[in-house]
Amino acid sequence: MTLVLLAILLVGSSGFAGLLVGRAWGAGERIAAALHCVGGACGLAALLAPASAFGDALVLPWSIPEGEFSVGLDGLSALFLAPLFLISSLGSIYGLAYWREADHPESGRRLRVFYGLLTAGLALLVVARNAWVFLLGWEFMAVSAFLLITSEDHEKTVREAGLLYVFCTHVGTLLLFALFALMRHASGTWAFVPLGGVATASPATAGVIFLLALGAFGMKAGAMPLHVWLPSAHACAPSHVSAVMSGVLIKMGVYGLARICSLFPSPPAWWGATIFAVGLLSGVLGVAFAIGQHDIKRLLAYHSIENIGIIFLGLGLGLVGRSLHRPELIALGLGGSLLHVWNHGLFKALLFFSAGSVMHSTGTRALDRLGGLAKGMPRTALCFLLGAVAICGLPPLNGFVSEFLLYLGFLRSVASAESGDGLWIGAAFSAPALALIGALALACFAKVYGAVFLGEPRTDAARRAHDPGALMTVPMGILAGACVLIGLAPALVTPALDGAIAAWSAVVPPAGAASVHAPPQVASLAPLGWLSAMAALLLALLAGGAAFLHARTRGAAAEPVLTWDCGYAAPSPTMQYTSSSFAQSLVDLFAWALRPRAHAPRLTAIFPPHSEFESHVPDTVLDHLLAPACRRLADAATWFRWVQQGNTNAYLFYILLTVLVLLLWR
Amino acid sequence: MGNALDPLLVAVLLINFFSLGASRLRAVINGAAVQGIVLGGMVLLVHEQLSLRPMLVAGAAILLKGFVIPAMLMRAMRAAAIRREVEPLVGFIPSLLLGAAATGLSLVFAKTLPLAEQHRGLLLIPASLSTVLTGFLVLTTRRKAIMQVVGYLILENGIFILGLSLLEAMPFLVEIGVLLDLFVCVFVLGIMIHHISREFSSLDTGHLTALKE
Repeated sequence: MTLVLLAILLVGSSGFAGLLVGRAWGAGERIAAALHCVGGACGLAALLAPASAFGDALVLPWSIPEGEFSVGLDGLSALFLAPLFLISSLGSIYGLAYWREADHPESGRRLRVFYGLLTAGLALLVVARNAWVFLLGWEFMAVSAFLLITSEDHEKTVREAGLLYVFCTHVGTLLLFALFALMRHASGTWAFVPLGGVATASPATAGVIFLLALGAFGMKAGAMPLHVWLPSAHACAPSHVSAVMSGVLIKMGVYGLARICSLFPSPPAWWGATIFAVGLLSGVLGVAFAIGQHDIKRLLAYHSIENIGIIFLGLGLGLVGRSLHRPELIALGLGGSLLHVWNHGLFKALLFFSAGSVMHSTGTRALDRLGGLAKGMPRTALCFLLGAVAICGLPPLNGFVSEFLLYLGFLRSVASAESGDGLWIGAAFSAPALALIGALALACFAKVYGAVFLGEPRTDAARRAHDPGALMTVPMGILAGACVLIGLAPALVTPALDGAIAAWSAVVPPAGAASVHAPPQVASLAPLGWLSAMAALLLALLAGGAAFLHARTRGAAAEPVLTWDCGYAAPSPTMQYTSSSFAQSLVDLFAWALRPRAHAPRLTAIFPPHSEFESHVPDTVLDHLLAPACRRLADAATWFRWVQQGNTNAYLFYILLTVLVLLLWR
Repeated sequence: MGNALDPLLVAVLLINFFSLGASRLRAVINGAAVQGIVLGGMVLLVHEQLSLRPMLVAGAAILLKGFVIPAMLMRAMRAAAIRREVEPLVGFIPSLLLGAAATGLSLVFAKTLPLAEQHRGLLLIPASLSTVLTGFLVLTTRRKAIMQVVGYLILENGIFILGLSLLEAMPFLVEIGVLLDLFVCVFVLGIMIHHISREFSSLDTGHLTALKE
């Protein structure tokens, strides 16, 4: 525990050292990255101990009334801390080259200070054992993330993204206040104690607590109707910040929801079903929106929503298993969901790093201004390919393993559903839905990879692109290696999963009820050995095929020819399939939800003049729901304009009136 | 001790009425300065034995409220070249009447408060409430920025009187902190006055409505 606290301290203070060092020398950024990595290593070392050796919660007196500084480590916290320390440390190294002090003198220092504070806040909230420490970490996270998103605040879109984010995160915090107040009312303490045995909440209170948690944490996680802040914030932040936000920060919503749900020994079945439904919506629509995007980082952000959906599907299954006392569903659902938390962190950070190195080299995020980058940036192309295969859930990489656990859980629940428990309804939808999500993700990444890395360069910048230096490629390589490792040897991560599942289900059974069965080990439910063998076989086949092709083509000089010129006499790179034309059929399929907008010219003459075509997919919830609602609210608020005259005397008079009313209040 | 305090409190109340009825800025500033000096003297009276602590608080209060801040306001007044509050939002006679009503109200109200035994029957609480309300009246009814600063000063004096009754309980740091707060606040307001007068060539805060969006 002390090691984790030390790590939090080191990481949190990493950026401040740079404030004292002169700007020109450039030592500040190196000190910051070194401190961050040392802190991250400390944190990871603390997690290597077996879950039973984590020790009790650490309680220190605190000058804040009504609370004490109470932190602790269990399997669930450890599982969320691991990707946090790994990805943020790699991000700090990546940032050395990506956001150099010399290139960004106006925001470099600020970025490093708040990058460290963000990581420290995230770690603090994961180890918090009472509401106040949790809120402290939560607000550190929220405010630092705002200041990181607005690193390039001279651009209007960045400022707008930051404002939208800060609005959403404060709505979430408000819900959290209500949530913790209700929990305090039910349990009589601010500490996170099980609301089972002695301290009980009435079913209505418990239901409200759950809905508040779903709102607050769903907002942070970016689950579908609450995701409005996520795409623009991820797109506008510097790439290594996007990686931490997508890989770690939004997972705090998952952590919070899992933690709150773990406090209830026998939740009603509709909780799990609700989480499940939200997951289904986010999963399918998230990837559908992703297909329509033209901006590589925005597209990756929508994929985060999709993956949060997959994680929620598993969490919902685990919660249903808890309601119905089905330990094997808990193990498979929660196990798949938590493993996907790791996996998504790894491959999404890898993808954001790769996208960042593309941006770094070409200066654009627009898919249709890139192309042919595989020739100039082979390492980045390989890393992006690995990340893409992993995110689509294809073997032999890690995305497949977690989705495999989820498939097993869904199929098992179908097979064993009794007619009365309603489990089969969700279960019958879930496996096909997961398959649909995977297929759509595959289509989407085929589009991205094809448009960015294959074909001919569409612009001069894309033609001149080259791989970044080792500071950026090594972190990408480490993440790619981790993806492959989990894919090849999933048995390595099951101890961590079992520890987290045990911590999640270790609650006092309600009085009178039989003791809750401990969920079985994940490894005993899933044929992980076979998975490793098949993955190794697949890799061997791939390697063999590649070697064979290489041997066949060696020596034969490849002659550059056009693959497909459509009978046109003078083809140019701009005539390639664009990403939007590739995606059009799928976008049309989902037009009922995506509402794509196209501005097409009307062709009237036989030889039409120069004209332009443009299409884009706005965010439906933001543009069709939230923006009109806010506009109507602003219109309604004009009735109160007469109060705000801008006259100082009038304002002071309001204060005087308030004071008088309060004085005379009886 | 109460007997020595009451005449001083009556003097404070009289200065309140004076600042509500006077139109010349110099006179009002001087009034507030005298009020500050009287308050500093009261700190010494409240304490039975003269230790270092009340001496320090009294000295700081007299220095800041009696001399430094009024001198700053006088300088601002000279720099902005204005002498009087010409047309207040509420005239001088009506504001005097309002001030009298506020003083009466505070006397009635102080009776209903659950006070500690040693403060019962003293003028301390009603005088403080009435001074706070007077400060508010000056703040809300005057247009000139300097006049509003003086109103703020009077309001703070009222809070200071309230603090007198709690002097044993209040930590030294809080008292000195409040004085420092006041100083910084007037300092900042002085800068603001400078900018208002440069931007609008007048100190009428009514012009500030142009700044609202």
